[in-house]
Amino acid sequence: MARSFPVPIRRWRRRGWGDALIWIIRIAAILVIAWGISGTVAQSVNGEGPTGEAWRDLVVAGVAQGALYGLIALGYSMVYGVLRFINFAHGEVFMSGAMVGFFVADHLWEIRLWETNFILAILMVLASSILTSALVAMLVERVAYRPLRGSPRMIPLITSIGIAFFLQYTFAGLFGVAVKSYPPPPDSLRSRVEFLGFEVEGTKLAVMGVALVAMVGLYLFVERTRTGRAIRAVAEDSEMAALMGIDVDRTIVTTFAVGGALAGVAGTLWALLFRGVSFITGFLPGIKAFTAAVLGGIGNLGGAMAGGLLLGLFEGVGPQLVLGGFGVPAVSQLKDVVAFTALVLVLVFKPTGLFGERLSDEDRA
Amino acid sequence: MRRSSVVALLLAVSAAACGGGDEGGGTEFSATTVPEGPATATVDGAGFEPGPLGAVEVAPGEEIQIRSLNSISGDVAFLGMPNQRGAELAIADYGPVAGRSVSLGTPLDDLCSPDGGQAAAQSVVADPGVVGLIGTTCSAAAVAAAPLISDAGMVMIAPSNTSPALTSDLAGTPGSAYRPGYYRTSHNDLFQARAVALFVRNELGYSTAAAIHDGDPYTQGLAQAFRDAFEELGGELTGFTAVNKGDTDMIAALTEVAVGAPEAIFFPIFMPEGGFIVQQVDGVSGLADTTLIVSAALLVDNFMELPESAGVYISGPDLRFGNNANSFTGRTADGLLGVYVDTYGDKPSAGYWGHAYDATTMLLSAIEQVAVEVEGTLYIDRQALREQLHASSFDGIIGPIACDGFGDCGSQLIAVIHHTDPRDIEAGKGNVVFDYAPARSDAEAG
Repeated sequence: MARSFPVPIRRWRRRGWGDALIWIIRIAAILVIAWGISGTVAQSVNGEGPTGEAWRDLVVAGVAQGALYGLIALGYSMVYGVLRFINFAHGEVFMSGAMVGFFVADHLWEIRLWETNFILAILMVLASSILTSALVAMLVERVAYRPLRGSPRMIPLITSIGIAFFLQYTFAGLFGVAVKSYPPPPDSLRSRVEFLGFEVEGTKLAVMGVALVAMVGLYLFVERTRTGRAIRAVAEDSEMAALMGIDVDRTIVTTFAVGGALAGVAGTLWALLFRGVSFITGFLPGIKAFTAAVLGGIGNLGGAMAGGLLLGLFEGVGPQLVLGGFGVPAVSQLKDVVAFTALVLVLVFKPTGLFGERLSDEDRA
Repeated sequence: MRRSSVVALLLAVSAAACGGGDEGGGTEFSATTVPEGPATATVDGAGFEPGPLGAVEVAPGEEIQIRSLNSISGDVAFLGMPNQRGAELAIADYGPVAGRSVSLGTPLDDLCSPDGGQAAAQSVVADPGVVGLIGTTCSAAAVAAAPLISDAGMVMIAPSNTSPALTSDLAGTPGSAYRPGYYRTSHNDLFQARAVALFVRNELGYSTAAAIHDGDPYTQGLAQAFRDAFEELGGELTGFTAVNKGDTDMIAALTEVAVGAPEAIFFPIFMPEGGFIVQQVDGVSGLADTTLIVSAALLVDNFMELPESAGVYISGPDLRFGNNANSFTGRTADGLLGVYVDTYGDKPSAGYWGHAYDATTMLLSAIEQVAVEVEGTLYIDRQALREQLHASSFDGIIGPIACDGFGDCGSQLIAVIHHTDPRDIEAGKGNVVFDYAPARSDAEAG
């Protein structure tokens, strides 16, 4: 006589133990996070944890950092959208803008324009950074990726890693390996200002504001302009777009240029926040931005920006909020672990990222 | 995204997260070996009979080979280059050893990392003709290099390692990374930590402090030693945390220590992380008026030039060498500095050039003491050389040098300077506000 199991058990048997394991991980993750947060809350209630002001500082720093990740992540997502590969050299595109911006800023500091007219000076630095990053991105596309168009996806992927190292050590060779420190922003920008009832450091507010403007600008560009429509068309189906008269090569290089320009904006904002830039400055932010792009849903521009902000928040607040509750010492040293664990958990719950991948019909098929 | 792709990505990300950890974390030793017994090298009618560690044979007309292993590239080259140059000048000043000239070979780079130290040490021990080396610059590199050098029977004398783990706790217990054949002319950070604790507790009059390190054996050891010394003096350490090498955002770490509202923060870390801390500390609530104290790792121009570095206290070796002279060469501190500038065209970028000079003359003198020539071949017994180094006692550029049983040979003089003007770095370097000599200062502190 055949054994008969209850319906839920039969459902589990159909889905297999893999699904059961995923569910166990999900439940365990929720319990661990809840346990950690409750411990932190208990500490704060007892007056042993960070103060309200400290939490505010962590949130603001996390959002500002996340805005940078988001801006860089847009470049990853845009390139993935049109070419379906991850451009691992994008972090170095970001670094190149920040590096060239340093030399402009240093000169402006020497001629005292930085101090006497900071707005003009930072706009000049921003322009140089955008221009450099966009040019480097276009050059990389033309020299390294275009010849590989149509080859298996793994080939441009590996090439991009090679290009990343090439750019790193080119800049190290040209400008040395020491960290270069941007001149300090004026005190007026560094002081705290009132924003939505919170006191926020002016620099961080400026970073968030500029990132928001860049994001809105990109949205309008992609949605409202002819070139933006061409990018969307190529992302949807490049062959069909070509048949409709769109210059695919030109559209792709434009995509690289726009992604590079956004990385250039991020480079200048990075300088405002952290001031230091070296030949490896692009590596970790690049990895984090790629993480942000996956977190939000690769190919999804809104998702990339939101993924960046969330990743910054996880990094800024997560170690203290979750690990602090367990009494883990030196929790801030574990922020990278928290960031990548957050990615893992998001993918465990939602494998296509928080906002879903944006794929073409061909890829969906 | 397919599930298999998700699993692959999860594995890759986990590997990336784990790979970014503590560089020094994988290299721990539990050596409890104490300095070895008497040498057994003999010279009789049958020729030279080496001791248990063997001997270096220098054929007629050949040079004695020693090596320099320092951080001579990257961010920490500022610290390693003066070490390399100090060794070169010492060899030039000392002249022939037992009638042979001495070769430093091609400079080796420890990259200020365990990987760099290990790789360079492997290349050193591959050449049995090498007697010993001057280095490393960084403690992290020495922790990885010392076992290889020790097991090969060689010796190393470090001019700027300061981690207590490499020698002892000064109470007779070997450090976790101590290996026979290791010596240093730099100070033991237990002394520096004691000096900073005395300064904070007694000179500044603070009762609370926090410490931040970066997981490196040097920074972690010094921060931990400061914690112990400060609490021993009745102070309360309200925060003890760490940043990662390569981190740029220090807000989280600073917020963590701000919870305890410390009056001072001691962060003995390197650039660029140290620079990021002084630049970001004002952005953290409750730390605007906190006194910042760093170690000699930040006694460098690119830190001291930062506008936000004004007001920072910097601890490190006492570099007021005055009229000190090296017993073996007769070279005075001022004279050596002049030769250094004449030879290399600029001033030393860090303070351990005198330590490297003394370390090199110490090695050369010990070689001279134990070298035996038999039928034109010079024999340098490795066991005898270690014994001779342990027995070293002489006046150096940095002051009196004498080794204890675990290789601590430095003068252990520490100074704290107050850096007030980023536009006048040299004035800051000379602005000593506190000095420490172990016996005197501890007696004064009761």
